[in-house]
Amino acid sequence: MPSILSFSHYVPERVLTNNDLARSLDIDPDWILQASGIEARRIAGEAENIVDLAVQAAQPCLSRHKPGLLLAASGSSTRRFPGPAAEIAHRLGLGPIPAIDLPHASTGSLIAMSLAAKLTEAHGPVLVVAAEKMSAPAQTDKSTAILFGDGAGACLIAPESASDSRGLEIVDFALHSDGAHTEALHLDLTGPLRMSGMAVIRHATRRLPEAIMEVLARNNTRAQGVAAYIMHQANQNLIDRVARAIDAPAERFYSNVRRYGNTSSASMLIAASEWHEQMHLTRGDTVCFAAFGAGFHWGALLARVRT
Amino acid sequence: MQFFMNKQDKIAAIVKKVSKKPTAPDPDESLFDSGYLDSFALTDMVTELEQEFGLTIPDADLSPRRFESIARIEHYLNQKAG
Repeated sequence: MPSILSFSHYVPERVLTNNDLARSLDIDPDWILQASGIEARRIAGEAENIVDLAVQAAQPCLSRHKPGLLLAASGSSTRRFPGPAAEIAHRLGLGPIPAIDLPHASTGSLIAMSLAAKLTEAHGPVLVVAAEKMSAPAQTDKSTAILFGDGAGACLIAPESASDSRGLEIVDFALHSDGAHTEALHLDLTGPLRMSGMAVIRHATRRLPEAIMEVLARNNTRAQGVAAYIMHQANQNLIDRVARAIDAPAERFYSNVRRYGNTSSASMLIAASEWHEQMHLTRGDTVCFAAFGAGFHWGALLARVRT
Repeated sequence: MQFFMNKQDKIAAIVKKVSKKPTAPDPDESLFDSGYLDSFALTDMVTELEQEFGLTIPDADLSPRRFESIARIEHYLNQKAG
């Protein structure tokens, strides 16, 4: 089975707290925390673009393996084309490997990891990177300005032949889309981020547990038996809701949304990278990744510490 | 003895259930200001309303203002029933 060999991430230095936002948006900072679980988010510098964030995040993943393919997810790229993938590969010195853009928002990391699991046999190690500068498009509306931040995450996925004992085997994944809800959450080429919060909550609270239980059931795994859940970090209330829906201990859901807000496609990999640095798992332990986002797209991926 | 619940009673029972509060709010009381509902509890309530009253509430109707109080919810349900 293919394995995730490493994770890494980068978040900008500038911190924007709820108190900072409360002053500029004329809202209650306590309400932001209560409604979202977010206390602060990172904001990229004006001169810092998505490629910069991605390169910073990805470099640690390149210390031991040279990738044969790069998959780059970003929903906040500022060009129609080209997307950031080719430039990220160039800046990382990867040579003429294929570098493919996945212009997905919150599900970008999950989709990229899933595709990488299938493509790595043909291409060798696959570098997955997700980078977002969401603060700019989100800032024009109070309801979205409080939620989004900037950052980038990365992971390296390798075929079984190149995998080592520290990797997480990718056991299975499930991906789904439903284009009936494209208007509920979208970012047009010009204009601010538009989100119908209630519709997003309604569908996310159903689809995330469905996708998680789908991969778990296919692999004869109980929700209570999964050692860690790494979800797209949209809202702490949503993470807690999913934990209750699948009857899994809340403490197994890694969360950093309080510190970074919603970094769209980057969030799941940033969370995975932080979690991986601290993880205390044993061989055979399972980890479940899950995400829901604009499209709608959603899914889950099951991995296992190599035995 | 037969106990008949009118529409407001049924709505109040659903609000109590999703909010996990021991008492129901007054018909014109703001469910959000009073702490009965937040965005997540609202979606739970909408699911319960659909099941109780046998209707489908589209995403486009999911505005907190429409579900602000028991009285407003009753008004919305009456409109849906035609």
